[in-house]
Amino acid sequence: MGKERIENAFLEKQSANENLFVPYIMAGDGGLEILEKRIEFLKKCGAAAIELGIPFSDPVADGPTIQEAGIRALENGTTLTAVLEKLNSFQEKRTVPIILMTYLNPIYVYGVEKFASDCREAGVDGIIIPDLPMEEEAFIAESLKAHSIAFIRLAAMTSPIERLVELANRTEGFLYAVAVTGTTGARTVHEENVKAYLQLLKENSSVPVLAGFGVSSVQQAQDLGTYCDGVIVGSKIVELFYNGKTEEVKSLIKGSISNEYILG
Amino acid sequence: MTTYTMPNETGRYGNFGGRFVPELLMPAVIELEKAYEEAINDPKFIEELNYYLKQYVGRETPLYYAEGISKKIGGPDIFLKREDLNHTGAHKINNTIGQALLTRRMGKKKIVAETGAGQHGVATATVCALLGLECVVFMGEEDIRRQKLNVFRMELLGAEVCSVSQGSGTLKDAVNEALRYWVSHVNDTHYILGSVVGPHPFPKIVRDLQAVIGKETKQQIVEQTGELPDAVVACVGGGSNAMGMFYPFIEDKDVKLFGVEAGGAGLETNKHAATLSSGNIGVLHGTLTHLLQDNHGQIEEAFSISAGLDYPGVGPEHSHLHDSNRVTYTSITDDEALEAFQFLSKSEGIIPALESAHAVAYALKLAKEMKQGETLVICLSGRGDKDVEQVKSLLEGK
Repeated sequence: MGKERIENAFLEKQSANENLFVPYIMAGDGGLEILEKRIEFLKKCGAAAIELGIPFSDPVADGPTIQEAGIRALENGTTLTAVLEKLNSFQEKRTVPIILMTYLNPIYVYGVEKFASDCREAGVDGIIIPDLPMEEEAFIAESLKAHSIAFIRLAAMTSPIERLVELANRTEGFLYAVAVTGTTGARTVHEENVKAYLQLLKENSSVPVLAGFGVSSVQQAQDLGTYCDGVIVGSKIVELFYNGKTEEVKSLIKGSISNEYILG
Repeated sequence: MTTYTMPNETGRYGNFGGRFVPELLMPAVIELEKAYEEAINDPKFIEELNYYLKQYVGRETPLYYAEGISKKIGGPDIFLKREDLNHTGAHKINNTIGQALLTRRMGKKKIVAETGAGQHGVATATVCALLGLECVVFMGEEDIRRQKLNVFRMELLGAEVCSVSQGSGTLKDAVNEALRYWVSHVNDTHYILGSVVGPHPFPKIVRDLQAVIGKETKQQIVEQTGELPDAVVACVGGGSNAMGMFYPFIEDKDVKLFGVEAGGAGLETNKHAATLSSGNIGVLHGTLTHLLQDNHGQIEEAFSISAGLDYPGVGPEHSHLHDSNRVTYTSITDDEALEAFQFLSKSEGIIPALESAHAVAYALKLAKEMKQGETLVICLSGRGDKDVEQVKSLLEGK
């Protein structure tokens, strides 16, 4: 459970000589009833873990694709409570780690301690909170620790080296390296200094480093995979599912994790 | 008596405030905090700020004894702090001029801002024109439709106005989009937030820059009456004019302070913007404060006749002053504000902004409970020219 499950799942993939791939999906986009099926599908495609977004009315770190998915999910009546209940209902059958991505306010209103405890109950393995910097995290870090849930920190390219080192030290499960100066969403190129940034994080992190934000193709995943352990892909996956292109989801994941992929 | 020293070094006002922003923005808010502390301790910066406040903004603004309404009510002597007489017609420019000077000092060349009705956007576009800064303003598409003239004003001043269609297309969504823009352009861009909201150090910077309102008022009322006022009233949306007015009076415990929120169609209807009167605590736009939200932490839309009060959050320092009972927060409905709008126009020849009309409406109620010989100050935060068309159609529709 928790931290260990993420670490073991990642080790297993890496032992099989695969790059790590964590797809992001928005909980409730398409209805909560499809969640179990979608998670199983992603697992079969080769996902190392699933990042599951909780919709929020004011998602300042997200670009248009995920914003719109969030609006659809909220219109479906999706709540944090309902997502945790749904996850709880099929946790016995699940064989892939679940990482919740949620803005702070839904947790705050839910109650921090109850949130950590209910996550544990529901078989949630890790948490990502994009609007919670190190300076403010103490009140929630303790509860997550008490329930052995991995608290995954986000690093940014604007952060000075001391902060990056501190984030690498604190993170649990893996380190989420935001690889653009911007919000989530597809981009064609990444900034040139990404390489040095990812290498610095790799040198300072005892857990895998995954690059995310703006990754939308096998090519980008392979390029970034040269400097870190893998990628997180959100907007592109959300868009493909929304348009019913599940075969493309499969080829994106399979192409990204393969170490035999021939770069075009 | 203990000295009031909020915020602490982590940007907290009691339990409220802080900085809940993505890691991407942390270096920028830390840099801003440092740059601001250096600036306000630099006599040259203060001299420059004071120069522009006097020669460009037109400060100091009068504290006007409103004899007409004082006589009509027959209670306390009522004074109006005339922030409506500032350049661009409201208190907003006290903040934008200071932050624009700070931007120049930080060596940044671009400004991003949000605006609701357009007042903060116009005040930002104005100082950017003055100082030669590039300016991008995010405004909800619903607000753009309602405030066409202010959009044109901003464009005339050289700003680019970007329409925000996400969410409800109003102020809260404009803040989201301005934050997203800042995340993507943080290396060369400063975000001029328009109220005492957002992550630390914004609530402190905006309060300090607006505190000129309260400082002048304190001096002027003593000059005119020989003593401090008995009561001070200001309207609260995000709460910048109120915070600027209240701050210099916080330690003067005999001065009663009243913050007036927008009651919209009434607090019982859910169509209002009375965050402190009926919201609960949460995190929005980088700060821990009172919010209008549902049981699952989703932010709800605010409603008010006045676009400037139409925000589902409130400055964290107001939340603190509310919890510590130093300030009394109350609300005024759309109808009451509309009535006060007309009453002040007819009684004093001053057309107030609809925002300020909320403060006037509550002050008139309060005055009826006060005695002759007492004094009451109303912060008249802006002029009503921008609202005349809207009021006309509202009155004709009745």
